[in-house]
Amino acid sequence: MSAPGLSEHPAARAMVARHRLRAWEPLPWILAFGFYFAFPNHLGFGTDLLIMILFALSLDLALGYAGIVTLGHAAFFGAGAYAVGLLAHHGVWNEPITGLVIGAAVAGLIGLISGLTLLRTTGLTLLMLTLCTMALLEEAANMGEKYTGGFDGLPNLPIPPLFGLFEFNPLYPRVQYLYVLGVLFVCFLFVRMLVYSPFGQSLTGIRENVLRMHAVGAPVNWRLITCYTISAAIAGVAGALWVQTNTYVNLTSLGLDRAATVLIILVLGGYGRLYGAFVGAVVYMALSHFLAKVYPTAWQLGLGLLLMLIALFARNGVLGLWDRLMGRLLSRRAPP
Amino acid sequence: MSAPLLETRGLGKNFGALVAARDINFRLEPGARHALIGPNGAGKTTFINLLTGVLLPTQGQVLFKQRDITALQQAARVKQGIARTFQINRLFRGLSVLENVYIAVAERLGVAGAMVKPAGMRNDVVEEAMRLLDVLKLSDNAGHRIAELPYGRQRLVELAIALGLEPEVLLLDEPAAGVPSAESHIILDAVAALPKHIGVLIIDHDMDLVFRFAERITVLVGGAIFAEGTPKEIGADPRVRDVYLGQAQHG
Amino acid sequence: MIVGTDILSMLLGGLAAGMVLFIVSVGLSVTMGLMGFVNLAHGAFAMLGGYVIVLTMRYWGIGFVPALALGFVVIAAVSIVFERLLYARLYRASELDQVLFTIGLVFFMIAAVTLIVGPENQQLMLPSWLQGQLDLGIVQYRTYSIFLIVVGSAIALGLWLGFERTRMGAQIRAAVDNRRMAESLGINIDRLFMLTFAFGSGMAAIGGGLGAEFIGLNPQYPLIYLVYFLIVVAVGGLGRVTGVFFAALIIGVLDFALKKYLPQGGTLFIYALAILLLLWRPQGLFGGKPT
Repeated sequence: MSAPGLSEHPAARAMVARHRLRAWEPLPWILAFGFYFAFPNHLGFGTDLLIMILFALSLDLALGYAGIVTLGHAAFFGAGAYAVGLLAHHGVWNEPITGLVIGAAVAGLIGLISGLTLLRTTGLTLLMLTLCTMALLEEAANMGEKYTGGFDGLPNLPIPPLFGLFEFNPLYPRVQYLYVLGVLFVCFLFVRMLVYSPFGQSLTGIRENVLRMHAVGAPVNWRLITCYTISAAIAGVAGALWVQTNTYVNLTSLGLDRAATVLIILVLGGYGRLYGAFVGAVVYMALSHFLAKVYPTAWQLGLGLLLMLIALFARNGVLGLWDRLMGRLLSRRAPP
Repeated sequence: MSAPLLETRGLGKNFGALVAARDINFRLEPGARHALIGPNGAGKTTFINLLTGVLLPTQGQVLFKQRDITALQQAARVKQGIARTFQINRLFRGLSVLENVYIAVAERLGVAGAMVKPAGMRNDVVEEAMRLLDVLKLSDNAGHRIAELPYGRQRLVELAIALGLEPEVLLLDEPAAGVPSAESHIILDAVAALPKHIGVLIIDHDMDLVFRFAERITVLVGGAIFAEGTPKEIGADPRVRDVYLGQAQHG
Repeated sequence: MIVGTDILSMLLGGLAAGMVLFIVSVGLSVTMGLMGFVNLAHGAFAMLGGYVIVLTMRYWGIGFVPALALGFVVIAAVSIVFERLLYARLYRASELDQVLFTIGLVFFMIAAVTLIVGPENQQLMLPSWLQGQLDLGIVQYRTYSIFLIVVGSAIALGLWLGFERTRMGAQIRAAVDNRRMAESLGINIDRLFMLTFAFGSGMAAIGGGLGAEFIGLNPQYPLIYLVYFLIVVAVGGLGRVTGVFFAALIIGVLDFALKKYLPQGGTLFIYALAILLLLWRPQGLFGGKPT
């Protein structure tokens, strides 16, 4: 019987061990905790950074893993944001944790409905449809001024303490930071689980070769719709967090600017690799934090150049470059 | 004669004014080792695409075990037991050989939609995928990404994926094209080792391979069936010699 | 009678806007159809052209029509440089890379124009013969709008003739329908694409100049109108001159009418319509069969 021998094969062992925790994986979380203690005056920035990581992570699931090229992911961030903002403003519901669930449900529902219709298309048509869907929502939020506050949005939303105990202090956003970090951690574990599951494996199959997926009998469209819905729901959580920690909501939550930003963050870090969202968000947010306010035009110029360079030369972002560098170093040390 | 496994009745396909398939009445028996030959542009791949549901016919029916599957989508036909390989490799190029076969096996076992348990912990899937790679002498490449493999080895992965679906009908579109002759026997051996009841239809230009493999040969010319018979009959048919064999010998 | 003239003037205003949309978008439709290249930076060439036209009129004192011609030539030349040096590297790249590259190019151009010229809106000074009203018998209307309709129709007719009657037009049509076939017939696709890209960018430049008077001209132009240009192309169909012409006119008139009668929900309606249309006919209202 050759079966035991086969499961001892290095490739089989690698497959079996693929999902196991690697030694460096706690590092981002240690750094995030370290940031809390080291930079108590920059926790507002830190909170925004963590929210963008979560948003980019949601996009990674759809774009990096399933290969759904979308220009309208901010639609779901905005859907979660406005769901929480509207309920809080009109005094219907404002408890934070359930607010996240509501944000996820609303964004997920929009993801499901748009996914059911949109994901039958590909290429330019799909790009256009995602873009138009987002523009449609943005215009709706702009139009429903009576409820949404139109262009100015809804300021000063009343958000009660977390678990009824921990106050969201706008001047010292410690609670906000830890709250967002906790939510990011839970969502990350969920995404990580998906990515290493057979479902995640089949998503990469769809990305790599859709024709072959049909030919192995995979229900391609349903897989894509499921993935898109989950991705939308997570983006909705990110939007809900954004509203709760900033206590306002406005049109910037669902415009082309935000959709482009999250796309840039993801490709900057490297898509389809789970930690690209972390690296990209840190690099982008740090640069924009220091440069964008002082030299906004130069920042845009540099960002444009950077994007063109990534598209031309570094298709897998910072992490891809790192892999290549390490690969070169290793092969030099061990000559073939 | 027993009931056919796969059958077409008056199957036709037009692309605008171009007739790619015309009134094809074809039967693939259980356990058949059947070859489909014909000059370039005869409509062989179109025919395979009609059988697998990649294309929908303009006229006629496709039947599997005497049930009409003409309207079924590609994925549904795979679930019924019709698998194929592609003339040009259609693999998951960024993934490893093992992952490629894993995807097919997981689909067949119905676990591919599972979200909780890690893929690597489905030992049944991993082991079966490894066993298939072993049969096709691909174990040494199991950890390599497709993009790193020579073309001939990639052809073997094509076959491994199709076998991973445990089909009752296996359609092989030029499985040995681009495979070094030293390795083409691996493909034939693997097909020969399949359970007896599986019906195999092979398209190939390599006449040695076709005549060694096939018990029955259909010749397609201009989208229509031109001749059908045993290898001996086809080899002796002067008309076939004219349209096809002669051409192949010249080339 | 009052309702009649109202509708007529609405139609004229919408047609004038539609003509500008057409002149800007037609190049985008042909280049996307030809190469399948997702070019989100097309509006940036329109903006650059607008700046060339407005600034040369202001500082060099040249006339409106010569400035339009100059804008066409300059932007066509600039776009050839971009096409050869940068775009050509990405023809075989994934959509995502094309999207990233062209978004990057848009950002770069917005920032560059802001740095060199400034962020404010640029006013186009119409020559005196285009100012004022023109009496059409039934209705009095802005001379410039009538001018746009006449010029736009003439350009559309010229392009249509060029597309249908010239050798190059035939080559483009063949390449849009089936690129591999066209290549095997000996058509040099790379050269064809470079020329159509340059021509389309030049047309966009003219559109940027013609539209500056009423849709504005500032560094954000390529982002503000991105969705509009894309919708026109998507509705009209890739690589279809006549399709884009009718799509631009329909959208121009719709937009004009909706903004007048439904100032709150007009744009919303256009987006919804575009989504429904793309789902119903992904190849566009006037596009051929999907390939």
